[in-house]
Amino acid sequence: MNEISNKWIGERTIRPDGIDKVTGRAAFAADTSMPGMIWGKVLRSPHAHAVIKSIDTSKAEALPGVKAVVTAADIVDFPVDTPVPLGIQDMRWMCRNVLAREKALWHGHAIAGVAATSEAIAEEACALIEVEYEVLPHAIEIDDALAKDAPILHDFITFDGKPSNIAGTLEHTKGDVEAGFAEADLVIERDFTTRPVHQGYIEPHACLVSTAADGKMTIWSSSQGQFMVRAMTALLTGIPQSNIRAIPAEIGGGFGGKTIIYLEPMAAILSKKSGRPVKMVMTREEVMRASGPTSGSKSTVKIGVRKDGKITAAEGIYWLQAGGLPGSPIRGAVGCALAPYDIPNGRTLGYDVVSNRSKVAAYRAPGAPIGAFGVECVLDEIADKLGMDPLDLRLKNAAKEGTKAVHGPTFPLMGYVESLEAAKAHAHYNAPLGPNQGRGVASGFWFNAGGESSAQVNITEDGNVVVTTGHPDIGGSRAGIANICAELLGIDYRRISVLIGDTATIGFSNLTGGSRVLFASSIVVTESTKKIIATLCELAAKIWDIDPEAVIWEDGEARPAGANAGQFPPLTLEELAARANESGGPIGAGTQLNTTGAEGGFGTHICDVEIDPELGIARVIRYTVLQDVGRAVHPSYVEGQMQGGAAQAIGWALNEEYLYDKNGKVDNPGFLDYRMPVASDLPMLDTHIIEIPNPKHPQGVRGVGEVPLVPGPAAVRNAIHNALGIYFDDLPISPPRILAALEGQKAAAE
Amino acid sequence: MTNIQYLAPATLDEAVRAFAAAEGAARILAGGTDLLVQMQSGFAKPGMIVDVKKIPELMAIEETAGGGFIVGAAVSGATLERHPTFGKIWPGALEALNLIGSTQVQGRASFGGNLCNGSPAADSVPGLVAAGATVTIQGPNGRRELAVEDVPAGPGKTNLAPGEIAVSFTFPAHPAHSGDAYLRMIPRTEMDIAVVGCGVFLTMDGETCTAARVALGAVAPTVRRVPDAEAALIGSHLDDAALETAAAACRAACNPIDDKRGTIAYRTSVAGVLLKRTVAIAAERAAQA
Ligand SMILES: Cc1cc2nc3c(=O)[nH]c(=O)nc-3n(C[C@H](O)[C@H](O)[C@H](O)COP(=O)(O)OP(=O)(O)OC[C@H]3O[C@@H](n4cnc5c(N)ncnc54)[C@H](O)[C@@H]3O)c2cc1C
Repeated sequence: MNEISNKWIGERTIRPDGIDKVTGRAAFAADTSMPGMIWGKVLRSPHAHAVIKSIDTSKAEALPGVKAVVTAADIVDFPVDTPVPLGIQDMRWMCRNVLAREKALWHGHAIAGVAATSEAIAEEACALIEVEYEVLPHAIEIDDALAKDAPILHDFITFDGKPSNIAGTLEHTKGDVEAGFAEADLVIERDFTTRPVHQGYIEPHACLVSTAADGKMTIWSSSQGQFMVRAMTALLTGIPQSNIRAIPAEIGGGFGGKTIIYLEPMAAILSKKSGRPVKMVMTREEVMRASGPTSGSKSTVKIGVRKDGKITAAEGIYWLQAGGLPGSPIRGAVGCALAPYDIPNGRTLGYDVVSNRSKVAAYRAPGAPIGAFGVECVLDEIADKLGMDPLDLRLKNAAKEGTKAVHGPTFPLMGYVESLEAAKAHAHYNAPLGPNQGRGVASGFWFNAGGESSAQVNITEDGNVVVTTGHPDIGGSRAGIANICAELLGIDYRRISVLIGDTATIGFSNLTGGSRVLFASSIVVTESTKKIIATLCELAAKIWDIDPEAVIWEDGEARPAGANAGQFPPLTLEELAARANESGGPIGAGTQLNTTGAEGGFGTHICDVEIDPELGIARVIRYTVLQDVGRAVHPSYVEGQMQGGAAQAIGWALNEEYLYDKNGKVDNPGFLDYRMPVASDLPMLDTHIIEIPNPKHPQGVRGVGEVPLVPGPAAVRNAIHNALGIYFDDLPISPPRILAALEGQKAAAE
Repeated sequence: MTNIQYLAPATLDEAVRAFAAAEGAARILAGGTDLLVQMQSGFAKPGMIVDVKKIPELMAIEETAGGGFIVGAAVSGATLERHPTFGKIWPGALEALNLIGSTQVQGRASFGGNLCNGSPAADSVPGLVAAGATVTIQGPNGRRELAVEDVPAGPGKTNLAPGEIAVSFTFPAHPAHSGDAYLRMIPRTEMDIAVVGCGVFLTMDGETCTAARVALGAVAPTVRRVPDAEAALIGSHLDDAALETAAAACRAACNPIDDKRGTIAYRTSVAGVLLKRTVAIAAERAAQA
C-alpha cells in the first residue's frame, strides 16, 4: 500500500508528549498557579429563558475576600445588527455566549463572574448577586422552536418576513431534482433525528489570567488555538492583541469544543480590575450545562435510484439546533451529506434553529455526521430493497476524481472507491455472523482544511534541532512533525524537539481544527527545513570553497555532489552547527503561510452488532474503519484518530443524549448519566489505512481526524437493522427503544 | 463560610455519642463514595463528619459456623474480595458489592454506605436481601437488629433512628446445595447505575428447589423482596413454567418510575428477564456447593 519508502515518515516513533502524560508531569491549564492568585466563579442563569432586568452586585462586592466582579456591562458590546466574523464564529454571538446581555438564553448561561481569595468565597459571593429576571416560556427541541406559538428567542431574527427561531439557511443544488426523482424506479424517503452530543473532553475548561501593572496580560489556558484565545479576548475586552500573551497549556481533549472560549474574557476583566492573577476552572456540571455540544437535528432524506442502483436524484433537508445563539454547523451537514456520491440531481438544505440550549460548538467534522446519517440509512434501505450488496450500491455511485459534488467542487484525486473496495475485500466483511448479530456499512466525507500556519526551525549550537509551531497538539502533530523533519534532514527523530509556541514567540497560526494541523504545519516546517538545508549546503560550500550547487544534503550531512565537485570528507550537521559563524551565523529559518491544497477525505466503516433481544441491548462486537488518509506520517496516531472517531460515533448511535427536565434544565450533567461509551463497551476498533497521497502536499497529507466520526452512527444503525429487520431512525438506539421496537414487531406478527 | 468538623473515633460508643449529640447536623463517613460526591455537588452540607473506619467492629470480617459471616458495615468491596472464603460461599453478595463503580471506588465503597445511602438502585442491597442478611444497628438507645429489607424507607431515606449507626451485616449459615447470584441491567458495561437489579438465593435438593429468596432493586422506591416469585420457585424443578410464574411475579412487583435511566415499561419487562437469568446462575452455584 505505502509504496513510498522512507526512513522516518510512516514510523511509529515514540510520542514526544507521552512520558509527561503517563507520569503526570504534563501541565494542563488548571495546573498553573501564581503567587497572589485569586479564584473566579460564575453565576449562572437558573432559568432556560428570561429577560435580565437588572443585576445588583453590591452585596457580593461587599463580601470580605471578594476582589472583583464582572458582568456583561464590562464586556465590549457587539450590536446584533452588525456581523463581526472571526473564523467561523461571529463576535455578536461570542460576546453573548461569554456573558448573557439582554437575556438569559439557557439554564446555566453565564450571568456574572466573581473573583475572590478562595473558591468558596467566590461561590458565596455569586449567591449574593441579585438578578431580576422576567421569566419567559422556553423551547428546547426543534419542533418546540418551530411551532406556531413558539417563544421567539431573538426579536431581531426573522424568517419569511416574520419573527422566527430560524436564524439562517444554506442550500446546495445540482441538476433538476424533481426530474431526477421522476426517472427513478425506487424512491425512499425517511425522517431522522439525532441528539445533541457533547465532545466529552476529560479536561474541563480552565484558565489563569495575570495582568501586570503596565496592562500587559498573560493567559494560560487550554484551547485549540492560542491565537483564537488572544483574538477573542482582545475583541471582548478592548485590550490590543500586542498586550495579550496567550500561552497554550497541554490540552486534555477538545474535539472542536475548545475552538471557542468561555472563561478567558471574564478572567481577564477580573484580573484587570483586581490587579491579581485570576484562575477559573469549570466543574464538569458547568461543562455539561454551559459549553457547546454539537447540534441535535431532524432531517428528511429522499433518494431515488434506477433498478440497477444508479442514483437519479437525492435530497436532504436538515434542521440543526444552534443553541441559544445562531451558528449551527449546517455547512458540514449540507456540504458533506451527499459528497461521497456522483449524483446527477441533488439538493441539500439546512436550517439553523435557535432554542434554549447552550450554544453549540464545533464537534469533530461539525455537522457532517448529521448530514451523512440520513443519507447512509436511506442507502441501506435501497440496497435492501434492490437486493444489492450495500458496498456495491455505493461503488456504483461513488464519487471519483472529476466528479462534481452537489456542494460545488469537482473532486481531485482521492481514495473513496479504494475504501469501498478495501471494505469489500476485508476479512471482516466476509466473516460469518452468529445468531442475533448484524452487519452494517456506511461512508462519510469531510472537507479538511488548510489556512494560516507558522513555523520556526532552529539548529542548536550542538547540531540538534528545535521546531516551534503555533498549533496546540491534540492529534499527534508534534510526533508527525518530528518524523517529517527527521526525514528531510536525514537525522534521527530523537534529535528534534517539537514545541508549541505561544502568541508572543511564534507567528500567527490558525486554530487546531478541521483536520488541518499536520497538513498546514508540515508545509511550513518543510519550507523552513528546506531553507536550512540550503544554508547548510552554502556553509559547506564556503568551507570547501566550492560552488553551493556542488553540495548536496544526504543522510544528515553535506557531501560534494559528485566527483567533479571535489574530494571532501562530508560535514555533519554537528560539524556545520559548530562552524556556523564561518558563514552567515546562527542557523534557523521561519515560514509563515496561508496554506492551500487541502483535499477532502473519505472513509467507509463496517460494524457488527449483537443484540440481546430480551434486554434490548445492542453491543458492537466488531468494527473496522477504512479510510484514505493521504499519507500516514505517524501510523499510530492515524489509527488513534480513526479509532477515536469511531468510538465517539458508537456513543452517538447507542447511548449519548442530553435529557432536559420540564423547566429546561439538563437532567444529566455528568458522565454517570450522560453515557459515553467506556472502554469495556467497545471491541478493539480495527483500522485499515489507505494512502492515496494528496498531490498538493509535500508529504501527501490529507487530514485524518474528522472523517472517522462521519459514517459511524449510520454504520451502527444499519448493523442493528441487519440484525433485527427494524429501521431505527432516531438516535440514540438505547435499550428501551430496542426493546419497545421488538415488542412492537412481535405484536405485529401475532 | 461553613466549617466542617471531622471526627474519627476509635470506639462505637464514642461515635454514637458524637453522632447523636450533633442532632442531624452530622453525617457518618464510611467510604465516602456517596457522601463526598453529595458534598461536592452541594446536595449534602454536614456540619460534622463522623468517620467510622477507625472502629474495629465496623472493619472486621468474621466467619461463623456453617458458612455464616459477620461483615463490618464499613468494610470495602476490595477488602472483602481478598477474604479467602467469603466470596466462595457468598459469591452473589460479593459480586453485587463489587459491581459498584470502578476499581478505585471499590477500594472504598461499603455495604453499610450502600444501604444507608438509601438509593433504590443500590446494587449490594438486593444481594444482601437475597442472602438473608441482617444488620446490627447501634444507637443512643442501644443495639438492635433488622432484616436488611427493613432498612430502606424510600429514596434517600432509611428506618435508622437519629444517632443510629449500622455496625455489621450478619450472613446466616449457608445450607448445603445453596447458591446466590446478583445481576443488574445497565446500558453500559460498567460505571453505571442499575436500571434493574436482581438478587437470588436458592437451596436445592437434587432437582427440586427447597428454599428461595428473590429481591429486586431499582424497580420501586425501595428494594423489593418478591414472595410470589419465591413461592413459584420453591418446590419446583426450576422448569420453564415455574420460571415464567416467578418472572411474572417480579414484573408485578415493579412499581418503577420513568426517569433518565429507564422507562416504566422497560424496567418492568427487564425485571422478569433478570429473574430468569439470575436464577440460572444461582442454581448452577447451588449444584456445585
Ligand atoms: C464513580 C461512582 C460509581 C458508583 N457506582 C455505583 C454502582 O454501580 N452501584 C451502586 O449501588 N452505587 C454506586 N456508587 C455509589 C456508592 O459508591 C455506593 O453507594 C457505596 O456503596 C457507598 O459506600 P460508602 O462506604 O462509600 O458510603 P459513604 O459515602 O461513606 O456513605 C453513604 C451514606 O451512608 C451513610 N452511612 C455510611 N455508613 C454508615 C453506617 N455505618 N451507618 C449509618 N450510616 C452510614 C453516610 O452518612 C452517607 O449518607 C457509585 C459511586 C461513584 C462515585
